[in-house]
Amino acid sequence: MNLLSLSGMEKRYPGVKALDGVDFQLRAGEIHALLGENGAGKSTLVKVMTGALQGDGGSMSFLGAPLKLKSTAHAQSVGISTVYQEVNLLPNLTVAQNLYLGREPKRFGLIDWKRINRQSREVLKRFDLDIDVSRPLSSFSVAVQQLIAIARGVDMSAKVLVLDEPTASLDADECEQLFGVMRELRDKGIGIVFITHFLDQVYAVCDRITVLRNGQLVGEFEAATLSRSELVGHMLGKELQAQTHGREHREEKSLTQPLLEVQELAVSGSLQPTSLCVRRGEAVGLAGLLGSGRSEVCRAVFGVDRKTSGTLKVNDAEKHFLQPADAISEGLALCPEDRKTSGIVGPLSIRENIALALQARRGWWRPISRVEQERLAQRFIRELQIATPDAEKPIEQLSGGNQQKVILARWLATSPQLLVLDEPTRGVDIGAHAEILKLIRQFCRDGMSLLVTSSELDELLAFSDRVAVMRDRRKVAEIEGDDITEGNIMRAIAEA
Amino acid sequence: MQSLFLSRFSSLYITTALFCLLFLVGAFQFEGFGSSRVVANLFSDNAFLVITAIGMTFVIISGGIDLSVGAVIALTGVVCGLLIGELQMHPLLVFPLVLVGGGLFGAAMGALIHYYRLQPFIVTLAGMFLARGLATTLSEESIPIEHAFYDAVSDFGMLLPGGAWVGASTLILLLVLVAAVILAHYSRLGGYIYALGGSAQSAQLMGVPVARTTVSIYAISGFLSALGGIVYSFYTFSGYSLAAVGMELDAIAAVVIGGTLLSGGSGYVLGTVIGVLIMGVIQTYISFDGTLNSWWTKIVIGLLLFAFIGMQRLLTRQQAARLATGAAH
Repeated sequence: MNLLSLSGMEKRYPGVKALDGVDFQLRAGEIHALLGENGAGKSTLVKVMTGALQGDGGSMSFLGAPLKLKSTAHAQSVGISTVYQEVNLLPNLTVAQNLYLGREPKRFGLIDWKRINRQSREVLKRFDLDIDVSRPLSSFSVAVQQLIAIARGVDMSAKVLVLDEPTASLDADECEQLFGVMRELRDKGIGIVFITHFLDQVYAVCDRITVLRNGQLVGEFEAATLSRSELVGHMLGKELQAQTHGREHREEKSLTQPLLEVQELAVSGSLQPTSLCVRRGEAVGLAGLLGSGRSEVCRAVFGVDRKTSGTLKVNDAEKHFLQPADAISEGLALCPEDRKTSGIVGPLSIRENIALALQARRGWWRPISRVEQERLAQRFIRELQIATPDAEKPIEQLSGGNQQKVILARWLATSPQLLVLDEPTRGVDIGAHAEILKLIRQFCRDGMSLLVTSSELDELLAFSDRVAVMRDRRKVAEIEGDDITEGNIMRAIAEA
Repeated sequence: MQSLFLSRFSSLYITTALFCLLFLVGAFQFEGFGSSRVVANLFSDNAFLVITAIGMTFVIISGGIDLSVGAVIALTGVVCGLLIGELQMHPLLVFPLVLVGGGLFGAAMGALIHYYRLQPFIVTLAGMFLARGLATTLSEESIPIEHAFYDAVSDFGMLLPGGAWVGASTLILLLVLVAAVILAHYSRLGGYIYALGGSAQSAQLMGVPVARTTVSIYAISGFLSALGGIVYSFYTFSGYSLAAVGMELDAIAAVVIGGTLLSGGSGYVLGTVIGVLIMGVIQTYISFDGTLNSWWTKIVIGLLLFAFIGMQRLLTRQQAARLATGAAH
């Protein structure tokens, strides 16, 4: 019987359909993986089933009876508990307080601390945690906090436990400990929804898998009978059988000098040792699932995250980037993944947004004259075909694709040698999408080098001279020339 | 374990040690300073501030601020003056009225803060102007309060050995203190208040009734300010619209000196009491000395505040460092 079942779930945001008639069934005593790439609707679905959001349509039933969740508190009270990636407990309270907040046992109308501490110790013992429960939560590691959060959920007589990327900040041993707890809870009849980026973990603990893409249900599968490459195919929206080739004809390029060379570059906690080379006039694609380490490579190369080991060479000279400004002065440029929070400056005009990076590179004591700024803006509006009446329009009033072009223009204005684009086509409509791809190819012909991440396989096929495939925060394969096919990339993503 | 215990309560220890130090310095320097009478006077002279600052402690632990408390004290005094002094109503009828009024005033501010997602700073600033303006509109003059009950209150109390007089104000203060400690550490609402200060978002996800808690916090602060206003009128036997100007800042200073983090989530009611006593002992020292300008109190409190926020920063940084190393293994 289904423990929790959602059918035809819908959720609309202005301009986007985050959930488009999604069905989801959770049985008692199973671990059910919920998978999907960026924008698939995973987090929206989780929010709906945990009461943090209300759906616009569709219905939900719990233990066979219809259920309409009003809040997370309501969800908890019926037995649906959630553990988030960022531990959502209170670091300033003790472990015991965190376990019993809002349901403290009382004695003579006062909170019975002795009993709370005793019960807390007992509860945690079931999770093999023997810790001092009167210490503040903040004095324990994230892994322990994670387990405490699960213990709280389970102890509140949870029937459904939603684990939203609980393993993101755990090491292998801690994951194994967590999986042990998950299996134990499953055997007690609790239904667990498990969200993760790591396919290994999916196959290690999950019984069934539901895949979402673009807010729609792709399908529900038994983990035992679904191969990894089939799973990756479902997530990326490609069938493995269709071995379509990318560009009909790859222009032969003579091997040029390497522009950027990284050897065993690693960032503790986010990137395993990775080697990569980008030659002059070459476009290198970074493929991989969400959380595979694509963006981390970009950040490490650009000096956003400081490398902990390995070397980085630009034009054969070793460099140590302590901050993005160092990378910019070497002729690197990065368009970050999240345009809204780390790219555009909304209220400023197109002209001002374009001039920003160039100004930063020249130093604030040498201002770019208004005339020069206008010349720049006009040039890029023309060259990149930014759809706007004039250069003074605030950037926030442009469409996503045009915003992205303005950001591109900002970095092009600095005439970089290497342009790093992290998901340049995310949230961009189809037309602008094609134009951006055209621009990428244009830049290459002009002699610029590019490092581009993308979760769209056809995109990678369209512009890459070489594709580096990332998995579990390191490079697992590099595909060149005519070997660049959807099938090869997907196979590399799915398994070694 | 030992070091952790120390760090959890360390700000409280430091505050207490500082108070003892200041008191001992005074006791060595001046005859009669180190007596139980001076201690008792510290309590009774500052009772209204302690009561108000206890309310402020809850607000600050929850991550908020309440700037309206001084104005509520003045408004309470003026209303008491009008109803008791001029209309000769019985104080025992008037007091519940102003206490409920103060609570509702605070609750309204809490509701605005929660439901309209407004900054506590700006809402309570508006509350401050509103209450002060209302008090001035009711009466620009100071209204004397003459009532048999007030005389009885000022006579009420007991003499402890050493000439220490424990009066009605001190007794009210002690009752409030006990109730506040129970509220903070032995009630669900207390847990919710700390939870809100730790992280409002997490608290909500953990099922804390955020709306009810926010409204309650400001209602408590409003109620205790009104009570502070009543106690204030016990000394002055009057209600004056310009009374307790700037007192909200004294209360905030006392809370911070008492070891409560301005960012919320951590602090103790008892610390606040000691914070007020520290301010009181400095004042007493200056009046014993006789040659120092009384504004030196403000200067010393200013310096203390700097020292304490510096220390808080250090403590939170240490905690963050410990968390980082703790997460590493």
